[in-house]
Amino acid sequence: MGNVLLQYATVLVLSIFVGIEIIAKVPSILHTPLMSGSNAIHGVILVGSMLVLGSANTNLEEVLGFLAVILATLNVVGGFVVTDRMLEMFKAKSPKAPAKKTDEVAQ
Amino acid sequence: MSRETLIDLLYLFSATTFVLALKGLGSPKRARMGNGVAALGMLVAIVATFFKYVDGHALHHVGLILLAMAIGVIVAVPTARFVKMTAMPQLVAIFNGVGGGAAALVSITEFVHIKATHPATYVTLEVLLGVLIGTVSFSGSAIAFAKLQELMTGRPVTYPGQQVLNGIFGLGAVVLIVIILSTNSTPLLWVLLGLAFILGIAFVLPIGGADVPVLISLLNSFTGLAVAASGFTLGSNLLIVAGTLVGASGILLTRLMSKAMGRSLANVLFSAFGSNVTASGDTERADGRSVRSGTPEDVGVLLNYSSRVVVIPGYGLAVAQAQHVVRELAEELEKKGIEVFFAIHPVAGRMPGHMNVLLAEANVPYEQLVEMDEANSELQTADVALVVGANDTVNPAAKDDKSSPIYGMPIINADLAENVLFFKRSMRPGFAGIENELLYNPKTTLVFGDAKDTLTKIVAAVKAN
Repeated sequence: MGNVLLQYATVLVLSIFVGIEIIAKVPSILHTPLMSGSNAIHGVILVGSMLVLGSANTNLEEVLGFLAVILATLNVVGGFVVTDRMLEMFKAKSPKAPAKKTDEVAQ
Repeated sequence: MSRETLIDLLYLFSATTFVLALKGLGSPKRARMGNGVAALGMLVAIVATFFKYVDGHALHHVGLILLAMAIGVIVAVPTARFVKMTAMPQLVAIFNGVGGGAAALVSITEFVHIKATHPATYVTLEVLLGVLIGTVSFSGSAIAFAKLQELMTGRPVTYPGQQVLNGIFGLGAVVLIVIILSTNSTPLLWVLLGLAFILGIAFVLPIGGADVPVLISLLNSFTGLAVAASGFTLGSNLLIVAGTLVGASGILLTRLMSKAMGRSLANVLFSAFGSNVTASGDTERADGRSVRSGTPEDVGVLLNYSSRVVVIPGYGLAVAQAQHVVRELAEELEKKGIEVFFAIHPVAGRMPGHMNVLLAEANVPYEQLVEMDEANSELQTADVALVVGANDTVNPAAKDDKSSPIYGMPIINADLAENVLFFKRSMRPGFAGIENELLYNPKTTLVFGDAKDTLTKIVAAVKAN
């Protein structure tokens, strides 16, 4: 167990705190887009998939790596597109309705 | 600056965009930009990876990588673009599942790759955790998808000894991991993969349709952890940061979601909620208690004489594709100087925030959407509460009936309003399968029929007056 592992563990622990801290303030109406958005972010496994396919030496590794890249691409592309589609609907509204208590609701 | 340093700096940039994106998603104004920023960061990371050296050489199989990516893009874009908004939860489930599958495959491939070098025990452990968690997420998401898509029953699937059997599966996985750690056996790795697959299915089967969104959030978090495990194996800070961010925030989000239903996460996961409550619905009705029903024209008159109307939408509204008509009704009423609010229960629809998305799609102004607590104070002075496609989220049993499975869930108190208009297709109980006392309340008028047809008629009636 070397310094490298310790360095990764440090990153892990700090990321846990950041992850929790960021989410704590999200209003419930944005929970679905948030879930979808974080779903897209773990699509970063595509980078890992590229690395394993790119270093594959045997047929087995090639097949597994190839599948991994397909699945990861589905995750990352699908994730971002769906999230964008959801959030498209939160665009600013034209003020046709009499605006009332905007601030209160927006919080 | 060396090539590797530059690539690592680009990865740092990507990790930063992910943090900013999650932060942006916390505010309606910046959410879309946040998502775009994360997508940019992801693109940078992917492009940078093409220039990375692994095992001392440039990436092999670049053609294969591009081909696999092309396949992924061709399938993902149309699916994500054109699936109906009501089917969003299962879409998230499936995109999450494939991510978990990818993480498991990356871990397996890396295990096969480095096995000959006799990796340290902790490296093997990282691989095995990645395989286990990623695969559970994959098969669990597949079942969640099947439940929401109604390819199988949305009710909890239970059988005798289920908890014990699941415990044995879980224990078996742990034992298998210990054995593989000491033997480095590849055949046993495939056994672990199979066992994890079964475990994911067995874990999700007893969870009822109404609870599946909470489950998806949990599986989303699992995939994040599997990605972080792969990050350890591959020695990638980017994967560790992104995976852990999603893992940690996902678990918190899951807890917030179960809290919104007034239940603990353990209760959601292990109680087979909603499996044995249908019977009571029938006996209650056998009492011969009467309900009051009205025509859309009656409703139109009633609305015209109101000064404050609160619409309580639920998933039924989305199913009937009635969100546009309901917005039209709100506009008509506002023209006549009648105040209109939409009271959004945190778990209305099938995921928290699902209803907001659907109403926003129909151009309902954001300012008209009020959250539960504010809605409950508005309702005290409301003339009419219009319940459209909601049921469990307005069920007073959550407040009064200790024996009810939804007891303790916060609800929107529709019965505070002067009149309650309850739109229903039939007398069938709601998603959770529980009888609703509100239907029998003397203040309540039931309007039977398809929500969209009914609303269209009401709009006409309101205009005519």
